[in-house]
Amino acid sequence: MSVIYLLITISIFVAIAFLIAFFMAVKSGQYDDDYTPSVRMLFDDETARTQSRNHKAKSVNQNTTTNSEKE
Amino acid sequence: MDTQNCFHCGLDIVKEAEILFDQKTFCCAGCKTVYEIFSLNDLSCYYDFEKSPGASPQDIKGKYDFLENENIVSKLLEFQEATTAIVSLSIPHIHCSSCIWILENLQRLQKGISSSQVNFPEKKVRIIYNPAEVSLSTIVYLLGSIGYEPYISLKNYETPQTKTDRSLTYKLGVAFFCFGNIMLLSFPEYFEVKEFWLDNYKPFFRWLIFALSLPSFLYSGSGYYVSAYKSIRSKMLNIDVPIALGIIVMFIRSVVDIIFDYGSGFFDSLTGLIFFMLLGKMFQIKTYSFLSFERDFKSYFPVAVTRINADSSEESVPVYDIQKGDRLLIRNQELIPVDGILISDNTAIDYSFVTGEAIPINKKSGDKIFAGGKQLGKVIEMEVLFSVSQSYLTQLWSNDVFQKKVTQKHKSITDAISRYFTVVLLLIAFAAFGYWIFIDINKAFNVFTAILIVACPCALALTAPFTLGNILRIVGKQKFYLKNALVIEQLAKVDTLVFDKTGTITSNAASNIFYEGKPFTEANLVRIKSVLRGSNHPLSRMLYDMLPEAGKITISEFEEITGKGIQARVVGSLVKIGSAAFAGMPEEQQSLQTSVHIQIDGVYFGKYIFKNQYRDGLELLFKSLHKEYQIKVLSGDNEGGKTALKKLLPAGTELVFNQKPEQKLEFIKQLQDSGKNVMMVGDGLNDAGALAQSDVGVSISENVNVFSPACDAILEAGQFQKLHYFLKLSKKAMKVIKMSFGLSLLYNVVGLSFAITGHLDPLIAAILMPLSTITIVSFVTLMSNYYAKKLEVRGYEL
Repeated sequence: MSVIYLLITISIFVAIAFLIAFFMAVKSGQYDDDYTPSVRMLFDDETARTQSRNHKAKSVNQNTTTNSEKE
Repeated sequence: MDTQNCFHCGLDIVKEAEILFDQKTFCCAGCKTVYEIFSLNDLSCYYDFEKSPGASPQDIKGKYDFLENENIVSKLLEFQEATTAIVSLSIPHIHCSSCIWILENLQRLQKGISSSQVNFPEKKVRIIYNPAEVSLSTIVYLLGSIGYEPYISLKNYETPQTKTDRSLTYKLGVAFFCFGNIMLLSFPEYFEVKEFWLDNYKPFFRWLIFALSLPSFLYSGSGYYVSAYKSIRSKMLNIDVPIALGIIVMFIRSVVDIIFDYGSGFFDSLTGLIFFMLLGKMFQIKTYSFLSFERDFKSYFPVAVTRINADSSEESVPVYDIQKGDRLLIRNQELIPVDGILISDNTAIDYSFVTGEAIPINKKSGDKIFAGGKQLGKVIEMEVLFSVSQSYLTQLWSNDVFQKKVTQKHKSITDAISRYFTVVLLLIAFAAFGYWIFIDINKAFNVFTAILIVACPCALALTAPFTLGNILRIVGKQKFYLKNALVIEQLAKVDTLVFDKTGTITSNAASNIFYEGKPFTEANLVRIKSVLRGSNHPLSRMLYDMLPEAGKITISEFEEITGKGIQARVVGSLVKIGSAAFAGMPEEQQSLQTSVHIQIDGVYFGKYIFKNQYRDGLELLFKSLHKEYQIKVLSGDNEGGKTALKKLLPAGTELVFNQKPEQKLEFIKQLQDSGKNVMMVGDGLNDAGALAQSDVGVSISENVNVFSPACDAILEAGQFQKLHYFLKLSKKAMKVIKMSFGLSLLYNVVGLSFAITGHLDPLIAAILMPLSTITIVSFVTLMSNYYAKKLEVRGYEL
């Protein structure tokens, strides 16, 4: 039964690890703005799509503005 | 695609001004340009997320030239190095996901911006850029050109970025960690299984629980000890005293219990208590981060203005560096930062931030102009009379009201009750101790501590946060934003309502125009309209918009005479529009109204009178408020609208005119001295003193994001008629709190009966505590929602 010492120690350490993860999340500002990230995560695809469209457009014709050159 | 509305900003399109571009319709060239910028840079998905998300860009040429000044820029930046700079700009227009998307893709529009991040609740964008490649002013002008003009005021310049306080989140995290683990480890003790192995491991479990309770006891609960200590020192027993007492006694008793092996202690209840109470605290805090309740003149004033030096060169200087005698250049739409004398010919100044009055005031050369007004018209020059801190409006802030930081104007209901609660609690504890000491000394100590533990007013302390927090959210959804939960308690106590007139009970935007005099023929109306077309004076514009649509007639000899009016020849007849003297009004009677007089071919016809439009539902609202409250109306204006206002307001309403900002403040003070609880409803900066002095200062705002003086609550102008509903709801909230207090006292009595008889097991405590918490929390949430619904159904007019 002395294995219980080991098990409980492990479980406490796992819990502490989560607590530290929580601290890090708070510190990095994740709890300051709880709205914008929920919208932002939906954008990634849109941006990728536009970019790929942009690249295609570039290869088709050479007419590129300075701004799209940057891409 | 909608042909009626602008593809970019969604506004209705005036037929003549419609612009067709890329098979899409736009309302103006500005909107079209923004679309062009986006489509050129392949950012047209901006229009995919939301329909017509944009705003047409305003002309801001020259407005932000002060950003070329290195010293000013460095004060605005969050971080600065040779190749990296970070700036946070507040952009009031941020309102949808398209906004987020475009603002986070700024790097595709401007070389040198490395990334940008939007904080939606705060309506801010944080831009990281390379100052070697792009300057801040370029970024600001870029934002302006796509319809996202940032709002930069003196406040940004003065106060450095404040760190957000996250300690409550940390404390809550720690409390939950301790509570959860202790609950888990306490399970064997709950069931009291008589099993060899479990008994063997008992000390291990108990000391582990003890160790786990330490962070919660020492860190998470620390706020309560500090608050209790402060309240004892100031000799005002608040709710935190019995809480802190309960927590500390619980901890000591539990430690003693496990040292002498009396039992498992109350660590589970202890940590649970701390966790639930912190949760309540968290719930009570609802911040509207995009609003600011602490605004003073600094939020309105520009960072810098253009100074004309002796050698007639122009230079941007921070407003604090303006000296008496300097000459300043004020552009169209710029704010006048200091009192001074107008040097240029003439101008119109819009004092709506200050007084709420929407109709601009004409000034001519040599007139005194006051800080806070917005300049309309072409560029003017002025000479400075006073520096910023000595100007008329800013001096208001040297009043004592603004100096002391009053965190709490009233004692909260919880604290009022806990004063008695603590005394009664201690009496019971000592009485029980006195009784048991003759029977069993050991038991006497047990009972004494058990009473303090079980009576720890957890449920009592949770009642107010959850009720008020819930009400705060309910009214927030209806555009009534409260600074904090305590404002609700103050609202419920109010017995006198003081309203500002202009801009508060009258609408800021709309004006009613009446005509008085000889009727015009159709032809004359057309003539008047044609003459008005040439004038840019705001009154002319309003009148022009009001008159019926007419064909174009060419006018000749058009002349605009400063401070008097306009005249022109239309199809042979001379039309004069302007002041009474200018139009040759026959009998000279002093009129208090804003009016425009008309003369055609030397014959005086009559005048157009501009009247303030009272807000919708005003009469109804005042009628219903009149039954319960004393109503007073203060106005900085002359008595011009007195009779009309009297008719609207219920009999007995006190009307005071010609009030200066300090007089308004004094008026509130006098009411308070005579024992009244005053709510002040105002809007302009001139009400700021009165709002700060009053028990509850409510600021009415057409645009909640930007313009509202320091106050306790901000009400969106459109919701004005709901004011009585909000007041009623606050009273119901107090009723809910009182009912819930009764309920939680009942729990305390049950708990005490266990404690006094010496039967309080840790298990009973562990059941009683969460049970009472859950019932109280659900009770107050249900009841406050119920009352909010019920009042709404009954309507606002009752």
